Amino acid sequence: MRRYLLHRLWQSLVTLLLATIVVFLGVRALPGDPALALAGEDRDPESLRAIREQYGLDDSLPVQFWQFVSHAAQGDLGQSIRTGESVNTMLRHALPVTIELSALAILVASLIGIGAGVVAAVRRGRPAEWAANALALLGLSVPNFWLGLMAILYLSVALGLFPASGFVPFFSDPVGNLHHLVLPALILGTGLAAVIMRQTRSSMLDALSADYIRTAEAKGLPPRAVIGRHALRNSLIVVVTIVGLQLGALISGAVVTERIFALPGFGKLTVDAVFQRDYPVIQAVVLVTATAYIVINLLVDLLYSVIDPRIRVRGEA
Amino acid sequence: MSAISKVNTEPPAGTGQVGSTAAGTGQAGSNAAGTGGVGVPVLEVRGLTVTFRTEDGPLSAVDRVDFEVADQEVLAVVGESGCGKSVTAMSLAGLLPRTASVDGSVRLDGRELVGADKKTLRSIRGREIAYIFQEPMTSLNPVFTVGNQIGEVLRIHNGLSRSTARKRSVELLKLVGIPSAERRIDDYPHQLSGGMRQRVMIAMAVACDPKVLIADEPTTALDVTIQAGILDVLRGLRERLGTSIVLITHDLGVVADLADRVAVMYAGRVVETANVNELFAQPKHPYTAGLLAASPSAGRHAGTHRLNEIPGLVPVLAEQPNACTFADRCSRARDTCTTEQPLLTAEGTPNHHVACWNPVREPVEV
Repeated sequence: MRRYLLHRLWQSLVTLLLATIVVFLGVRALPGDPALALAGEDRDPESLRAIREQYGLDDSLPVQFWQFVSHAAQGDLGQSIRTGESVNTMLRHALPVTIELSALAILVASLIGIGAGVVAAVRRGRPAEWAANALALLGLSVPNFWLGLMAILYLSVALGLFPASGFVPFFSDPVGNLHHLVLPALILGTGLAAVIMRQTRSSMLDALSADYIRTAEAKGLPPRAVIGRHALRNSLIVVVTIVGLQLGALISGAVVTERIFALPGFGKLTVDAVFQRDYPVIQAVVLVTATAYIVINLLVDLLYSVIDPRIRVRGEA
Repeated sequence: MSAISKVNTEPPAGTGQVGSTAAGTGQAGSNAAGTGGVGVPVLEVRGLTVTFRTEDGPLSAVDRVDFEVADQEVLAVVGESGCGKSVTAMSLAGLLPRTASVDGSVRLDGRELVGADKKTLRSIRGREIAYIFQEPMTSLNPVFTVGNQIGEVLRIHNGLSRSTARKRSVELLKLVGIPSAERRIDDYPHQLSGGMRQRVMIAMAVACDPKVLIADEPTTALDVTIQAGILDVLRGLRERLGTSIVLITHDLGVVADLADRVAVMYAGRVVETANVNELFAQPKHPYTAGLLAASPSAGRHAGTHRLNEIPGLVPVLAEQPNACTFADRCSRARDTCTTEQPLLTAEGTPNHHVACWNPVREPVEV
């Protein structure tokens, strides 16, 4: 187990370094730079050079890269060129919003997706399955932003059920916080719920035709134990994989959803930073996203062996 | 294995006459299958008929099957693949899929199970009728420990607490001969060999001390050396727990080893029932005779004796409702065989029943 974790840690570091290099070069390959964005209308060569010198933008690329990496390794992600604020502080404010939004979206998607998937498998060939399939198709086909706009129009503006935008931190007002996040989480989770539903349905159908289900029925177990315990547990392994793979889509979906609902999260931070060519912020955002992605994938891999005892991580006796 | 005797498969045809007064009258024939005098039947099956709804119309899999299992008796149901043995077994406790419709009567201690509601059937399954299946590799759930899977039955049916169920599960594992049961109980199925898994299946099946144990090809998927061990366990259970066993198999060696009585099935019908020794010594139905001749026995040496085969294939039952289903392949077939269905009738001794218009009466070579 320890050997496996060390191996994974080493892999993760390489992945992070590669991601950092790609983004570092990527943002600099874009036309324009922070100096142009900062100087505004009256940009004369002299002030541009001054700004570039101030932020180290006139150094060679390897020097700039080393600056960023060596500081990041010490936990210092630098300062925003646009606001001068510490990037660490900006992340500290934005991250909780996105984490909460994503976690809620996964929760909502799993509840709806697994529930509908199980129903569709158990009620195969009956109206309940058709309804679940139709909803899943709808969930996959309708883009998030449109769904978000419709939800704001009808549920927030017309009916006034939910706030249309804004955010309250969880610790200052838990109820208000959830009230603000329910709609975005629902919208963000729709696509994921559809994917989970379809996956749950097909792996439940597989599981339900397995010999051990016949055994469970021959034991006289009630349907809730046959379906909820014996079949579902065996289907979950595939569902967990899908959730893990969909996280990338979820993070990019969060960017859009946060824009629509004006949530001060990672999405907003990223978009603003890209428009302003705020190199340190972009780099930090990518670094954090990549780390999150790696950590979640590791958790998913570890979760496999919890769900299915036949799967043991390498290096374990 | 020594009980399998060499049987003459090609007796001179046309010498026997059927006592057709009893057989020709319909109902009289089906009531005739006795219990061999062992005792009151625990399980009584009458006119069991199973039909599957398929896209090509209804498909009959089991046709008016009658048999009984007495207390502590081992009844073997023998036949080729596709003859309806397993469907019969599954239908007893209502385990068939929704596409199957079951008619007739299955009585467990006098209680009717055909048409019983789901809840009643659930309370009977695992508690009064328990199953062992052919594939121990896939019949256990891979994601739960064996202790968990055995304990589950005890918790559901006997309301035992987790810890009591665990203690009892260890005892059960010992009962079926699993060494160091205290450690094995926390193993997952993939950590056990095929034979050990089948023992776990048996432990799970007898957890609630069922009246009837239905073993559907319990040794077919196992190595020969392992088979003997499993048969020993089943024999021991019958002696220690007094469980009646319905043994579904195509392996005549297993039948000779374990069974008291045999019901031979062909194309969805029972064609012959008799005590095991009598059946092996004097098969009356041409199909049974053919089956015995087609089975290798320890007495014969490989290479010196070619096994007999029964020509032709098992027919689809639905195609011939008013005929003997074996007639097409039978060397003793007469005109009646293709126009009228023979019913089980006592032949020779009172416990030997055969459904045949022209049964084998000649003494066979032993």
